[in-house]
Amino acid sequence: MPPISYDPRVNRVELPDAGQLHQENALDQWQNYEVFQQMKRGEQHHHVGAVHAPNPEMALLFAKEQFGRREQCANLWVVKSAEVYATEYDDADMFQHAFDKSYREGDGYKVRDTIESFKRDLDARLGLETAVVQPGKAAEPLAESVAQSRKTGDWEVIELPDIGKGPRKIWVKAR
Amino acid sequence: MSPEAIKDLLYRLADDKLILGHRHSEWIGMGPILEEDIAFASMAQDEVGHAQCYYQLLHELGEGHPDEVAFTRQTEAFRCCHLVELPSQDYAFSLVRHFLFDMADKVRLSHLRRSKYPHLAELATKLAREEKYHEMHAKTFLRQLSQANEDARARMQAALDEAYPMAFGIFEPTIFTETLSNQGIQPLEDALMKEWRTLVEPLLIEAGLTLPSTADFLDYFGGRSGRHTPHLAPLVAEMTEVFAIDPAAKW
Repeated sequence: MPPISYDPRVNRVELPDAGQLHQENALDQWQNYEVFQQMKRGEQHHHVGAVHAPNPEMALLFAKEQFGRREQCANLWVVKSAEVYATEYDDADMFQHAFDKSYREGDGYKVRDTIESFKRDLDARLGLETAVVQPGKAAEPLAESVAQSRKTGDWEVIELPDIGKGPRKIWVKAR
Repeated sequence: MSPEAIKDLLYRLADDKLILGHRHSEWIGMGPILEEDIAFASMAQDEVGHAQCYYQLLHELGEGHPDEVAFTRQTEAFRCCHLVELPSQDYAFSLVRHFLFDMADKVRLSHLRRSKYPHLAELATKLAREEKYHEMHAKTFLRQLSQANEDARARMQAALDEAYPMAFGIFEPTIFTETLSNQGIQPLEDALMKEWRTLVEPLLIEAGLTLPSTADFLDYFGGRSGRHTPHLAPLVAEMTEVFAIDPAAKW
């Protein structure tokens, strides 16, 4: 006689015959929750999938293991799928423009994070100090105080033309 | 510091985790719903991973390679407690066992983080991060099922009646218990047990369960000295089946 297995996969599988399948009513089922994941604090939450759960607490519990396990995660949201309102696919033509209006499209925003992080990285690699000058002020005095506090020695300032609106960024560079 | 006492402690910690991890893993593909199947399997994997870390510390103290220690010992050489050996039975039992064991783990790790044995203190700090989810999972399911309906509550109560006195075996003292405490490696088992009770008992009562009698808890001692339930041997046979085909194989 083979040894008795205590593994439920081996000795507890008792599936009913196809004829006696049990029918569940809609309200017997748990609810669907949509899961939104934030990779880093301060970033946007992105939709990553859905879990089934009887309440929000358990939805978060499941979401952590389904979605927070394989990649970096700072925060999770769950929202009842029933609370999500959507447009009809039949109306999708309303998103089409009759004329070329590509100038309106916000493509720049999609890569903004990448661009900003590239700029910071580049400044650091070039050994540039940066500072922000308030509108209407001259760049030189601020650049001098930055150079002094960093003990830059002989320095020069790089600035873009002042277009007169809002604060502007300057770079202070050792000569 | 006494290396013998440290080894005694590490074997207990490692074997509990390995055997419990194996029991948890038996639910893979059989969990009540997909999401919970994944969550429980993930915790099983954590437990086996923790066991490996403890076996690694033992290896650094001159014991065998972790794989060899985990997969080639005789049943009597294991130092796990009876609670982790029991078959997974129904899901309520697995959940209640997971709750009782992981809360005990939480108490122990909170002390091991300040252990005078620095390798153990460092490891305990790391492991506590994964245990945070285990605690959250255990508490949520305990509350949820104990208050769901009469069928669920009755299953949870039956599981508690069986598992609770047995869980005292986690804190079975050994001949090194006092040495470990005197040398600041970890507190007395009795002190850990009292702290664990003050933690789990209010949670069980709050969940609406009745605390079972623990008068017979001494019946479940023995695991720490190699006296096990009849359930351990078949488990070890199954767990080591593949390794035993070719112990020298490179993985």
